[in-house]
Amino acid sequence: MIRKITLSALTALGLVAGSSAFAAGGAGYVEDYDFSFEGPFGTFDQMQLQRGLQVYTEICSACHGLQYVPFRTLGDSGGPDLPDDQVRAYAEFYEVYDPVIDDFRAALPTDHFPASGLENAPDLSLMAKARAGFHGPYGLGLSQLFNGMGGAEYIASLLTHYNGSEKEEAGVVLYGNDTYSGGYLAMGPPLWGDDVEYEDGTEATVEQQAQDVAAFLMWTAEPKQNARKEAGFIAVLFLTVFSALLYLTNKRIWAPLKGKKAPKPAE
Amino acid sequence: MAGIPHDHYEPKTGGEKWLHRRLPVVGLLYDTLMIPTPKNLNWMWIWGIVLTFCLALQIITGIVLAMHYTPHVDMAFASVEHIMRNVNGGYMLRYLHMNGASLFFIAVYAHIFRGLYYGSYKEPREVTWIIGILIFVLMMGTAFMGYVLPWGQMSFWGATVITGLFGAIPFVGDALLTWLQGGPAVDNATLNRFFSLHYLLPFLIVGLVVVHIWAFHTTGNNNPTGVEVRRTSKEDAEKDTVPFWPYYVIKDLFALAVILAVFFAIVGFMPNYLGHPDNYIEANPLATPADIVPEWYFLPFYAILRAFTGDVWVVIAANFLTGGIIDAKFFGVIAMFGAIVAMALAPWLDTSSVRSGKYRPMFKWWFWLLVVDFFFLMWLGAMPAEEPYATLSLIASAYWFAYILVILPLLGVIEKPLPQPETIEADFEAHKAAKNGGSGAAEATPAE
Repeated sequence: MIRKITLSALTALGLVAGSSAFAAGGAGYVEDYDFSFEGPFGTFDQMQLQRGLQVYTEICSACHGLQYVPFRTLGDSGGPDLPDDQVRAYAEFYEVYDPVIDDFRAALPTDHFPASGLENAPDLSLMAKARAGFHGPYGLGLSQLFNGMGGAEYIASLLTHYNGSEKEEAGVVLYGNDTYSGGYLAMGPPLWGDDVEYEDGTEATVEQQAQDVAAFLMWTAEPKQNARKEAGFIAVLFLTVFSALLYLTNKRIWAPLKGKKAPKPAE
Repeated sequence: MAGIPHDHYEPKTGGEKWLHRRLPVVGLLYDTLMIPTPKNLNWMWIWGIVLTFCLALQIITGIVLAMHYTPHVDMAFASVEHIMRNVNGGYMLRYLHMNGASLFFIAVYAHIFRGLYYGSYKEPREVTWIIGILIFVLMMGTAFMGYVLPWGQMSFWGATVITGLFGAIPFVGDALLTWLQGGPAVDNATLNRFFSLHYLLPFLIVGLVVVHIWAFHTTGNNNPTGVEVRRTSKEDAEKDTVPFWPYYVIKDLFALAVILAVFFAIVGFMPNYLGHPDNYIEANPLATPADIVPEWYFLPFYAILRAFTGDVWVVIAANFLTGGIIDAKFFGVIAMFGAIVAMALAPWLDTSSVRSGKYRPMFKWWFWLLVVDFFFLMWLGAMPAEEPYATLSLIASAYWFAYILVILPLLGVIEKPLPQPETIEADFEAHKAAKNGGSGAAEATPAE
């Protein structure tokens, strides 16, 4: 009976996830990359986040912002985990407007990344959660159940699947992309290979840079992911043990009524 | 009805007697906890505890979230991100609250369908049933307004579509819509009142839950056989029942722990699975999302809302008969709310004298078809408004109404029910004999 209930609950979950199966992002091609943070035990790769931060800083930040991300979180464990002095030095690269002095000043670790500089460029803080790479099948949500939402996969795919075509609409050049839902987007291909020089010596191919920045944006969207999974795991573990104890208690209490011998307590 | 006869609280010590003369609160707690409960309840009777837990969870996490949330259109989205990033444990509070709403609805739908199958809505439990439907409606309102608070794209456009429904009401629609939204469109005034009401309604639910429990503690629980507990004497009643504590408290806690293990796996490992990615984009009144999809728990009713388009004959007929007052949009609104109101009428529309579906050979089939229909509607609600989904939605919606308005009244007349057990005790003993096999039955027989 319990199994029946669990099964029906799972079926219900599978069915209902149809609601999220029609997420933004559309029906473009999304590659299923293997990221280190996938699955119940996956964690962020600190080196990859640092490389991604570098790609973001040197390329994306020209137009896009990260307005919800405070600089200080770059030093958080579970994130890029930069040492304090590096966080301070990194923040100083940016100028922020300070209403107290009514002027711009160098940013402090307590400040946030600036918002997008280009009006049409969306803020990237939450982009990895605001897009779903995986959909279906048939609106059942099973793909997301087994593969995850695919936000980071969507970003990495988008960056690597420009197809070289261009078209002009109302005086704006649009670039062909196999991942983007409409097929054409206003952002030109930002990565060409060796756009940055990684300090850890990793070769900066287009694929490598795309995956690194996608992982970094997953962290900006969900900075507490490692802690959350840990808490979830402990909760599930505790509840499993607790369930087992309650199961035995329940069995024992009902045993006399059900005409079974109550298990003898150890004497 | 005086309830099932059982032992009442007797104050023993001087202090207890002193308090009992002035405020019999210990007696109330004792009688509530020791209430005689049919001893044959199965695992579908655990959802009440799950629902009580959900209500407590939502209120506690919600109160703490409200300490950090800012109900203003310019700050709401950022304040949610503040909770997710800067508040200690804030991400956990929010994910518990978000997914807690889903657990709440999974439990309430299981609870409702339990009631429908075992005839828990029938005489003398009509009041319990109607209060239950009221709680369900309040839950939907609370959940809807809560979903608007993060002020994401789905929050905003969901609010626009759903408040817009009230605009479809003839004559007063426009004025009502402006009054509900606090202005010509969904804006800061809407967000503020939704926050206020989202905080208020759960406490109304608490009040209704108390009355719901009071009502079925007066009539006694229904049970899988639908046969009433014998009230001829305390001894007879005791053969059919066990006290709620410890038998059902421990059983329910066990079930709750298992369900929570699954719940925490979702919160810990896939907290956004049931949500819509668009809600991580801040509300933008100038950009309509490609698909506006409500949360999963609204989908069956959303499908009913959309099913009745202008080319459906009942809509054309209603439009013609009312001289154009009822148009397709208003018809859809009536259908959606009607689907819930019809459920409230089930106690009077079901003509069968037999409570439990277990002893109703024809009813069973129609009931399980209704369950399938419900999930089918849920799936259809997430599909785009185009063929073949539109026609399928219409068929599935029609079945929902047909079940309550036509099938339930007819079945009671044409169906020949199976024999029911004489007493709950007989049912319990029969189960025991079947489960314990030969030796158990042999042991049980001499004891009789």
